[in-house]
Amino acid sequence: MATFGVIVFPGSNCDHDAYHAMKNIMNSKVKFLWHKDTDLSGINFLIVPGGFSYGDYLRSGAIARFSPIMQEVVKFAEKGGPVLGICNGFQILLEAGLIPGAMMHNQDLRFVCKNVSIRCETTDSLFTNTLTKGQVFDIPVSHGEGNYHINESGLKSLQDQDQILFRYSDADGNLTEESNFNGSIDHIAGITNDGRNVLGMMPHPERAMEKLLGSDDGKIIFDSILNSLSVA
Amino acid sequence: MYKAKVNVTLRPSILDPKGKAAHHALQNLGLNDVQQVRIGKFIELDVNADSKEAATKVVESACAQLLANEVMEDYEISFED
Repeated sequence: MATFGVIVFPGSNCDHDAYHAMKNIMNSKVKFLWHKDTDLSGINFLIVPGGFSYGDYLRSGAIARFSPIMQEVVKFAEKGGPVLGICNGFQILLEAGLIPGAMMHNQDLRFVCKNVSIRCETTDSLFTNTLTKGQVFDIPVSHGEGNYHINESGLKSLQDQDQILFRYSDADGNLTEESNFNGSIDHIAGITNDGRNVLGMMPHPERAMEKLLGSDDGKIIFDSILNSLSVA
Repeated sequence: MYKAKVNVTLRPSILDPKGKAAHHALQNLGLNDVQQVRIGKFIELDVNADSKEAATKVVESACAQLLANEVMEDYEISFED
């Protein structure tokens, strides 16, 4: 059975949601890993959770990227280890260079906290292989800096190599201007690296795990991950 | 000891929503001669080095690795005499 590791930085605030999701909803083994830890032995999958690591000083994720554990996360990912960065975790993975691009302030400068629709763009990843292409699901976003940016050639390479896993859409799967609430280039909500083992996404699947709390649409991503780990 | 001053600015091609919001507020104040506002960061570093050249190298390394994100930002280094 796979063991998940949830990294805890000073200022993480979705670490317990991720832990709860994996342990109690997905019935998996899960461990917290403190940002000063450097031992990832026995960990099969890493979750870099959301929050405000190091108070978002300088830029979101800029300081966390240099914490002791991140050096190990980079090695883990470079060896093909699967990593999921959610929200601030996505920002940290960008700063660490595991995923290309950068995050800017939302175009209207507002912190947005609401349920949004995202569309699955490809099933060719361990994070989406049990979904269907074009599938729309609702999970929450909660960020002030989720306006994804990359230069033109970088964007083309993401598109050509099928690295965009999720786009913001309306409930019917249309890419309307309104649905792209934070101004991200090409509606990008989640992308993978070229090795396809690292996913960064702004929406929070770990906050949509129980119908009682509004939506359990987030589960489909973890179902896919568990499915991939069990066949690997 | 060298006192370095670093200006980090968003690249010209990148929209600056904070600058736009400030510009809008300045227009509300009636300062209509202001044509554009771009907001960046100003960082001071005290650097122990034997020469200005060596200090510049240190500061450049600091900028490239941490102080600026070169995906979207440029930086300029100057020294206080």
